[in-house]
Amino acid sequence: MAKLVSMTGNQAVAECMRQINPDVVAAYPITPSTEIMQIFSEFVADGAVDTELVTVESEHSAMSACIGAAAAGGRVMTATSACGLALMWEMLPIASVMRLPIVMTVVNRALSAPINIHCDHSDSMGCRDSGWIQIYSENAQEVYHNVIQAIKISQREGVWLPIMVCVDGFIISHSIESIELLEDEKVKDFIGEFKPRLPLLDLDHPVTYGPLDLQDYYMEHKKQFDDALRNSKETVIEVAKEFKKEFGYDYGLIDKYKLDDAEVAIVVLNSAAGTGKHVVNKLREKGVKAGLLRIRLYRPFPYEEIRDALKNVKAVAVMDRAVSYGAQGPLFPEITAALYDSPSRPKLKNIIYGLGGRDISIEEIEDIFCSLDDVVRTGKVGNVYQWIGVREDNKR
Amino acid sequence: MTLKNKEELALGGAIEEAGNAEGYETGGWRTYRPIWDFNKCTHCLTCWISCPDSCIIVENEKVKGADMRFCKGCGVCANECPTKINAITMVEEVTFHK
Repeated sequence: MAKLVSMTGNQAVAECMRQINPDVVAAYPITPSTEIMQIFSEFVADGAVDTELVTVESEHSAMSACIGAAAAGGRVMTATSACGLALMWEMLPIASVMRLPIVMTVVNRALSAPINIHCDHSDSMGCRDSGWIQIYSENAQEVYHNVIQAIKISQREGVWLPIMVCVDGFIISHSIESIELLEDEKVKDFIGEFKPRLPLLDLDHPVTYGPLDLQDYYMEHKKQFDDALRNSKETVIEVAKEFKKEFGYDYGLIDKYKLDDAEVAIVVLNSAAGTGKHVVNKLREKGVKAGLLRIRLYRPFPYEEIRDALKNVKAVAVMDRAVSYGAQGPLFPEITAALYDSPSRPKLKNIIYGLGGRDISIEEIEDIFCSLDDVVRTGKVGNVYQWIGVREDNKR
Repeated sequence: MTLKNKEELALGGAIEEAGNAEGYETGGWRTYRPIWDFNKCTHCLTCWISCPDSCIIVENEKVKGADMRFCKGCGVCANECPTKINAITMVEEVTFHK
């Protein structure tokens, strides 16, 4: 029987890795993902898993070791955060375009400077163009489910892509929640046996990974890769369906909360959806037609699904927990692009919130909904790009 | 050489066939090509040992010329050919395409 336990998000990921029992894990601990490796290394030491744990001297080496191990033919996992992910940056497109199914939990944290260990999405957003599938998780239960699904998606025929499963640092990684752990055997059955593709260790069939690729083939390889990443959306849906059939939990590319008849809505990633849904419930009691859209799959980006989900909404606030400095939040232009050719496209606002772990309060989200009401009433958006929760003299 | 479409390529740019560099032409950007005067050539094989691309053809210990699929026209062979012999001349590639 599946059992209900109290654990932190990091513990849940480590438990998940124990159940998956990967062939190789190479990692360098960095806050707030450290605890994942700390707990997992105990499993290795205790013989609970037969994983080869490679302790490296930096995250660049961690990802390099993961790439080598995945090319050799292993099922490979790792975890990181923030500056650690940034140090892996050079290796990320190598893993993805070489089609190596590595699963990495990214515990979202702010990037320096100034130094900050708390949650925002500047790390995973910073590497959004590295070709990895990116899945975002609302809570500890979901990150646990997402990692299990990621293993299956990454190694599906036609996919063969690395996946980062993102979860909010400290807010989820270090808070204790009640979560339901699935049975070891069922997880094992669900993920299935790993049959590597073109393993370097198959000495009877020599293969070269990562050769020089000049003007005559580079674009073909990149287009082949882009097609595969786009098509992987279907596999994410398929695996979610298989997961629902096996375990009863229902996941999609996006999470629509009371959106069907909503007039005003917010779009969020990760844990802010919890607070957001609470506010939606409160407003619904007052008769406000509020809704929430949480993006679960960020890469490949589900343009059609988002366009469809927001087609009847009149005003939308896209909440970004990261900034593309000098431009807007990274989520905002993509939502705008998704809605641009929608005949009934809603008015849009971009709200930057929660950088470096700053709390987003119920009252602030209520204020955002209030400002959306104003937009609907007056038909005027005002300042499209706004930061909330910042002390400043001249409020824009 | 016919170039393959993206659908025909192995995933991720992997090469599944060992030693296939031999089938990959790299001589396309040559602007000069070496021409041997076999009346002068003593088959000392200095050009063969100096060629950075191993493209000089030798059969039965005799130089036969260079494989134009790989010759990049660098001129190392002509330069290394012993001064007294001077059997190799670098000729502008364009003269072969008139």
